Amino acid sequence: MDLNQALYSLIGGGLIGIAVTMMLLFNGRVTGISGIIASSLAKPTRDSLWRWMFIGGLISGGIVIRLIHPDFFINTSARSTIAILVAGVLVGYGTVMASGCTSGHGICGMSRFSVRSAVATLTFMVFGFLTVQAVRYFAGGLI
Amino acid sequence: MSPKLGKQNIISFVVGFIFAIGLAVSGMTQPSKIINFLNPWEWDPSLLFVMIAALGVHMLAYPMVRRRTSPILDTKWHVPTRKDVTARLIIGSMLFGVGWGLGGFCPGPGVTSLASGDLRAILFVGSMIAGMLLFKKTEPYLKLRE
Repeated sequence: MDLNQALYSLIGGGLIGIAVTMMLLFNGRVTGISGIIASSLAKPTRDSLWRWMFIGGLISGGIVIRLIHPDFFINTSARSTIAILVAGVLVGYGTVMASGCTSGHGICGMSRFSVRSAVATLTFMVFGFLTVQAVRYFAGGLI
Repeated sequence: MSPKLGKQNIISFVVGFIFAIGLAVSGMTQPSKIINFLNPWEWDPSLLFVMIAALGVHMLAYPMVRRRTSPILDTKWHVPTRKDVTARLIIGSMLFGVGWGLGGFCPGPGVTSLASGDLRAILFVGSMIAGMLLFKKTEPYLKLRE
């Protein structure tokens, strides 16, 4: 991690802050990505199209990045396919159960000093840390 | 479709687009950066800088925006107001944390990374959707207060 990378992270974080502020200012909504995805799985209605548009925006942004800066998608983690599948189920199950993830609780909720979001963020950070340590310990630092 | 709903949809697309660019620029679409953020022995502080900047911008903007009586394109706010810390919130966050540390993906970077064609991102998003549907199926049996 050099100074350049820190700068990129600050710029990227700033863009995320601007994006969630736009969602609030124009649409009056929280940008909670797990909630948006989970609700988009229900039968679509006229009022829920915005969720699909948001997901389309995320993927379109990803496509532009793939075209101009594909190295942003480098996945050098040594996690196995099985680990990824288990991870996905836990992330999906847990975020719907907790009504939020890194975006909804971590950014939007913490910005308005929500106690629920602070508790959720602290909890998933601690359990993420414990899990990474467990993988290191049991899988011989397979990271 | 009313003109305001149409405009809301355009805003949602633009927000998703900017969000994805922000995630990628900041390194959040690289799972090893998330995993190493959670690992003090090879610590990668990228996520810390992302949170500082995103929280900094939104903490300043939030009270200014909420001074308005309503959002620009809607008649009311849709911001959660609950304050109760429930078992469901904590257990759900624990499960999410385990999955996050295991895969190095959370929902936003997962969906954004679909565009990369990376098999692990595609498998992650597919199993995440399965997990979300599984929760909806098992929710009645959990006996946990909403």
